[in-house]
This record gives sequence, C-alpha cells and structure tokens, in this order.
Amino acid sequence: MVKVIVDGIPVDVPNGSSVLQACEKAGKEIPRFCYHEKLSVAGNCRMCMVEVVGSRKPLVSSCTQPVMNGIEIRTDSEMVRAARRSTIELLLINHPLDCPICDQGGECDLQDQTLGYGRDCSRFRDKKRAVTDKYLGPLVRTVMTRCIQCTRCVRFMNEIAGTAELGGIYRGTNLEITPYLEQAIYSELSGNLIDVCPVGALTAKPTAFRFRSWELKNTDSIDVVDALGTNITLQVRGSEVLRILPRRNDDVNEFWLSDKGRFSLDGLKRRRLDRPWIRQNGKLVESNWDDALQFVVDKLKSSKKERIGAIAGNLCDVESMFALKNLINKLGSDNLDCRQDSAYYDTSYRGHYVFNSTLNGIDEADALLIIGSFPRQESPVLNARIRKRWLSLTEQFPIAFIGEFLDNLTYKVDNLGDDPTLIHDLLQNKLLFNETLNNAKKPMIILGHGALIRNDAKIIFEKTLALAQKIGAISDDWNGFNILHHAASRVGGLDIEFYPKNKSLDTISMLEKGNIDLLWLLDADEIDLTQLSADCFVIYQGHHGDRSAERADIILPGATYTEKSGTYVNTEGRIQRSFRAVFPPGDAKEDWQIISLIAQSMNIELPYTNIYELRGCLAKTYPVFKSMGVDKNKMCSSIKNSEKNIKKQPLRSIISDYFLTNSISRASLTMQECSKARHANLTTKAAE
Amino acid sequence: MSENKMNIQPTDFTFDKESEKQIALVLAKYPKARKASAVIPLLYIVQDQMKRLTKSAWIPKIAMSVIAKRLEIAPIRVFEIATFYTMFNLEPIGQYHLQVCGTTPCWLRGSDDIVAACKKATGIKEYGETSKDGLFTLSEVECLGACANAPILQVDRDYYEDMDGQKTIELIEALKRGEKLTPGSAINRKSSEPVSQKQSLPENLRTK
Repeated sequence: MVKVIVDGIPVDVPNGSSVLQACEKAGKEIPRFCYHEKLSVAGNCRMCMVEVVGSRKPLVSSCTQPVMNGIEIRTDSEMVRAARRSTIELLLINHPLDCPICDQGGECDLQDQTLGYGRDCSRFRDKKRAVTDKYLGPLVRTVMTRCIQCTRCVRFMNEIAGTAELGGIYRGTNLEITPYLEQAIYSELSGNLIDVCPVGALTAKPTAFRFRSWELKNTDSIDVVDALGTNITLQVRGSEVLRILPRRNDDVNEFWLSDKGRFSLDGLKRRRLDRPWIRQNGKLVESNWDDALQFVVDKLKSSKKERIGAIAGNLCDVESMFALKNLINKLGSDNLDCRQDSAYYDTSYRGHYVFNSTLNGIDEADALLIIGSFPRQESPVLNARIRKRWLSLTEQFPIAFIGEFLDNLTYKVDNLGDDPTLIHDLLQNKLLFNETLNNAKKPMIILGHGALIRNDAKIIFEKTLALAQKIGAISDDWNGFNILHHAASRVGGLDIEFYPKNKSLDTISMLEKGNIDLLWLLDADEIDLTQLSADCFVIYQGHHGDRSAERADIILPGATYTEKSGTYVNTEGRIQRSFRAVFPPGDAKEDWQIISLIAQSMNIELPYTNIYELRGCLAKTYPVFKSMGVDKNKMCSSIKNSEKNIKKQPLRSIISDYFLTNSISRASLTMQECSKARHANLTTKAAE
Repeated sequence: MSENKMNIQPTDFTFDKESEKQIALVLAKYPKARKASAVIPLLYIVQDQMKRLTKSAWIPKIAMSVIAKRLEIAPIRVFEIATFYTMFNLEPIGQYHLQVCGTTPCWLRGSDDIVAACKKATGIKEYGETSKDGLFTLSEVECLGACANAPILQVDRDYYEDMDGQKTIELIEALKRGEKLTPGSAINRKSSEPVSQKQSLPENLRTK
C-alpha cells in the first residue's frame, strides 16, 4: 500500500494505482473523457490533470501517472483549474455548437464538464473542421464532427468486443475515427459504443431524436433476452419504454449489455396482444376478460386432469411459472415443462444445472473447455468476460472448443472439432489438451445446450461431469463445472421444479398427437405445434402475437418483462428481481394475476392474493428464493460414469440467428434490420 | 482518401515474386509473435510493387487487407498506419513523385523557387496534383532531415540537394526524357561539408 495525500486527505491505495484512482478514493471528482474504468488507459484527452506538489513538472494527467509514496496531490488549485479550462477550450475548438439538436444533450460529458470546468464564452474565431459521418450499421448513429478523439470506442472494440473494426486514421487535427469497411459493425456488443462515447458522436440510431435524457424515469430491471441476467435500467416516458441501458454490476455484466437486450425495445410495442381473443368457427375473435375466463374455466373443468399440460417459455418470470405450477398441480396434473427445447438436466443437485464458477470465477480460471456452446451468440457479455480473462493472461489462457464453430469467438481457441465423442478421448487422456487441463489449478468446463438438447444428452452430461471431477475442476474452493443457459427462465423453472415427475408428460410427449386435450402455453413460442392434434385446446398466455398465438384457441394477454415485477434466476443461479416500469397495454394483465383469476373463478384456492404473499410462499416452498444473489451450490460427490457411449453425431449450435431468438426480438424492426445487416456481413466475408 | 477516387481501387492484390522475396527478408527480422512490427516495411513493399507494375507508387485498400492477413492483425490497424504516414500514397500518383521540402531552412534557401520551377516544368498548378502526362505528382513535405544541403527536392526516394530553379527544370526535363540524374548535391559538395571553406575541424588543427 502507498500513502498519498489528496487535497490534505491522506489515503492508502494499492501499489501501482494511478493518481486518478487515489483521488477517487479520497472522494475527489476528477473530470475525464478518455479514461474508462474497464478500458486500457490512453491518456490523450488531458482533462484529468492534477497538480503534484513539489514536482518539477507539477501538472500530470492523473490517469497515466502511477502513485508514489507520500506524494501530495492537489485537485483544485489555480494551476489545475487553469489547465482544465485550457483543455476544454482546446477540445471545443472543433466541437460543433449543436447541443440543441444532439441526442447526447443533457447526458454529455463534454457539456457537463464545460459547464463545470470550462470558460464562460468562446474565444475561437476561426473555421471549425468537419468530418464525414461513418456508417456503423443499424444501431449506432454517427455524427463524427462531434468526436473529440478520446478513442474510447476504438479501445472498446479492441479490448472488450474483440472485433477490432474501428480505428483512428490520419493524424493530428485530421484524426478521424472510422471503421475499416463501410458496413455494419460485426459485434453483439456494439450498442455499448453509445455508452462509452462521452459526446454525441455515437448515439442510438433506432431512437434518434425521440427523447431527451431528462424526460426519462428510471426503473431497475433484468434483461431476459439471454440467461445472463444482465442488470438493466428501463428508461420510461409516459407509458413507453424509450431506452434500455445497462446497470453496472461488476459481478454480472460489468458495464455492458448485449445489442439484443438494448435494442429489442421497439418489439415491446409491436404485435402486442392487448385483449383476450377466442377462436370461434376457426377464427380468432376479439373478446373480453369475463368471457375469456369463463371459457377457460369451462374447458379446464371439462378436461380430464391427466390430459392437461403446461409449457413455460424462455422469458417467464419465476412468479408466473410458480403460480401456473400451483394451479396445474391443484387441477391434478403434473404435466409441466419449462424446457421448450427438451434439454436434459440432472436436477438432483442444483450445482448440476447452473454456471457454478460464477462470472467472477472466470477471472480466476486458468484453462477452459467449451462443449456444445457458442457463447458469443448465446451470451455475448459472458463471452466478453472470457475474452477479458484471455487478454489479462496475455493470451496464456488455454481454451479448447468442441462444437459447431460459427465464427470468430474473439479469443483464440483450440478448435477440436464438432465431434462429441472427443469427450471420450479427453476422459482417456488421449488429447494434447488433457495435459493443459491436468496442469490447471482452476480449470473450467462450459457445457452448452448444443449438447444438452441431443438424445444422448444424459450420457454427454455424465461424461462431462466425470471429466470435471477427473481433472480436479470440482473441489472445496473451486467449482469449474458449468452449464451455460440461453433461456432467461430456465434456471428459475428448474429451481421451482417446473418439469414433469414420474410418468408425467414432458414437452415432446405433450406435443405429440393425441397425448393431451388441453395445453397451456405460458409465453412458449419456440416449440413446434404442428404435431398437436386438431382437437387439442390451446391456451396461449403471452404478450406477443408470435408463433404459438396462431394455433391458440384462446389468447390471454400477458405482460412483458418491462410490465411486471419479477424474479429471474440467471445461468449462475443468481436470483435477481426486476421492477415494473410501465403498465401492460390495453386489457393485458400481469401473468401471475391471470392465473390467480382463473384459480379464483374455479374456486381453487391459491395461498396468495398479492405478489408479496406469492413470493413468501415461493420462498417457503423453495428455500433457495429466500435471499437474492448467488450461493455455492451442492454437487454430487460420486457421479457414476455412464456405461453407454456418446453418439458420433456432430454438435450443432442452438442459435440460427442471434438477433431473432424470442418473441420480442422477432417483433422488433430494429432486430430484423440487424439480422439483415449481419447476413450481408457474412456474405461479403464469405466472398473474401 | 477522397470519396470520388474510391472507384479507382482495384478489386484484388497479390504480392509478386520480387515482393515475396523482400517480405521473407523483412519477416526474418522479427520474432514470430511480433510479426505485426513488419507492417511498415510491408507497406513500402506494396508501394514499390505498385510502382514496378503500374508505374504509380501507391497502396490500394485491398492491399492493406492482404498485409493484415499476412501479419494476422486487424485490417484497420494497417489502415491506421498507412494513413498516419505521409510517405504512403493512398491514391495513384504520377510516375515520379516530386517532394519539395517547405520547412524553414529549405524555405530560407529558396524552396519557393523550386516549387515554382516544378510547376512551370510540369504544368501542375497546386500541391497534390498530377501532371497531365501522368509523369509527375508534386507534394510539399516536412523536413527531410538534410537542412545543411537545403533546399531539397526529393524524387521518389532520391534526394537532390542544393537545388535551385534552373537545376530543377533541368532535372524534370531529364526525367521526361527518361534519363535519371545522379542524386546528391547539385553543386558537387562532399556530403554536408561547407560550400566554401571548412569552418570546423580544419586539417591543420587535426594534425596538431
């Protein structure tokens, strides 16, 4: 530790800290443009100047200056203030005065810091430079004349996103930020460029000129487009979610959010189901709640209990699944499934179906084996975390990959191929990578759904778990066995046992012809309903007129994740809660309420009347929900290695189009455009 | 790179035998993991190859992609470097690149006359233009590091020192005829020694 005095306040900071970090620890605000906590230090904006007392060169840029023992720093001397004034003045030389029409206005670092540290008027009388705008795809709008060349975007693309597409060309006053090719940025994290840009050079294209930052009301929420549980802030004006921003959580997503999570928001308003619909004479007809409830109640009453089934989708919150499970159970059926893809999980221990290492654990791992997963598409932010670890070990983080290798994973992997029987070879110490795994102190294995949705998933799972035990990935202080989920609702669904037990029907058998008379779909759109017999009565409870609503006999309009307060369990098993930002449109209701209403109409008593009682009941039934956050999970100590062999059938990726994986993103015009742009990207890439 | 000239970009680029030979020599100088360091030499090799093959020393954008692939770096990194250095031409230029130093010592010693002579002899009106016959491109460059022999006119990679207007015209006329004058001092001085009499390290002092 090093002792530093900042404006008379003594602070202790670790060796090698920068002066800026010391100043922050002392509670002093240091203005900055180019410095970003999660990016490398550039030191090119010169805004964070502080005075080091007694130094021969007293003015230093605090982000690049390492601390020395006993130095005294002044952050608010006349010298510092003059330096900041000059820096701002120089930055403003070529910055246009278009704040009134700039989307960044109101949340612009340059605007704020000019107000705080700049001069009161401009002395500049010359011509300003202008820069042509660049095309970065359908998500990021550019006004490059506003750019102050902090290079945060360049560093973000290089370091975090891992697709080095942006760079600074020319030099001096002519320096421009530009992509190499004039086409959409090939990254799933490009929306974060908008966040890191301190000025209005990079802004959101889909929502350009739609709102001012001070008009928005913030609500904390959880992203549901993948299973990472990215912490987000929903920004609302009136009854409309206008922007989704990542909320900092160093344990989960750090500062980042995937493009799908950020820009699907126009899908929240399109193709919405805002009133009940009932199928009459083969056609869906608008209806009202009274009729719809009566209709459902009659159907439920007249159906045989063992021929009732329910499937929960990928976007459901735990509360609505719990309520549905209670209702179906009380009706006397246990035909429940939250696995639309019919994936195999060993639910005997919680540690067998979650990401045990946790995201923070990735920062400690020293070897990684990925089986049947393509994390860049299944969870871009998690992928960035793997890349971060890979970069921090100066590329000495050995990663092997078994599965369908779609494209650049943004880190170097040893691509072993898509043959799952390689697991046999690994178990028998036959591969070169075995040595790496055996030598590693904290090895990690990520098992994805490319493997778990196969027919022989059970064998793959058991073999992989055996492999994890063999290489010492599971010990008292380290658990390197991980399942990477893609559905936001999945771990929660498994936690509340929303799956069939004993001889009850699972997704596949429920969808087979003639097995079931009444099928309740809770937001379930990723299933194939064509095999269902024509006289099977389908209740679709959900928010979008997507795939399943077409087959439904009755539609009960539900709420999206922005319109209800819900609990979500991410792939780590981390329990997080979101809050309601807006009300559901039209007659739509929160999902657990719909279920509760139906229960009431049938005189079935559910032991809760509001969401708090529901959560209390949930925590009582499943103690894991007693507190938020993530805990260590139990693992089986002696797993039996399966006798059977894995089939020699190649592993396939579970995602065909990253941008269109759920009903919200499919309804989003922005996502459709992204999908097209990505397709064009890949075509030119293939041509090369 | 101006937008209207983008359409002159060729659609493909491959190194020829001569270039491959040079690349092998260059890459041998760097450790394998650090071969990205060879980006500047490779850019020169591209420029030389273009001169050999098309009589115009410039670097097409597709060539940057080829370099990036060879050095296993992102193409944008090559693009950044190629645009940073003024020595790399990103658009086709004339067969001879006339580069006049306009920095203070050269300017004091009469670089304006050289510029005027270049313009007169080639018909070029402004810096950056290429003459109508496609033989010459005139550029102003910063200090060439040969101030003692100012003013300097650099033609491609050769320095013509101690120039004046008349000699510049003679040089350009010779180039038009396809002759190449010997580079170096135009007044036959030895390296950077004084034109008249040695002022420092005279022989008599040295022998003492």
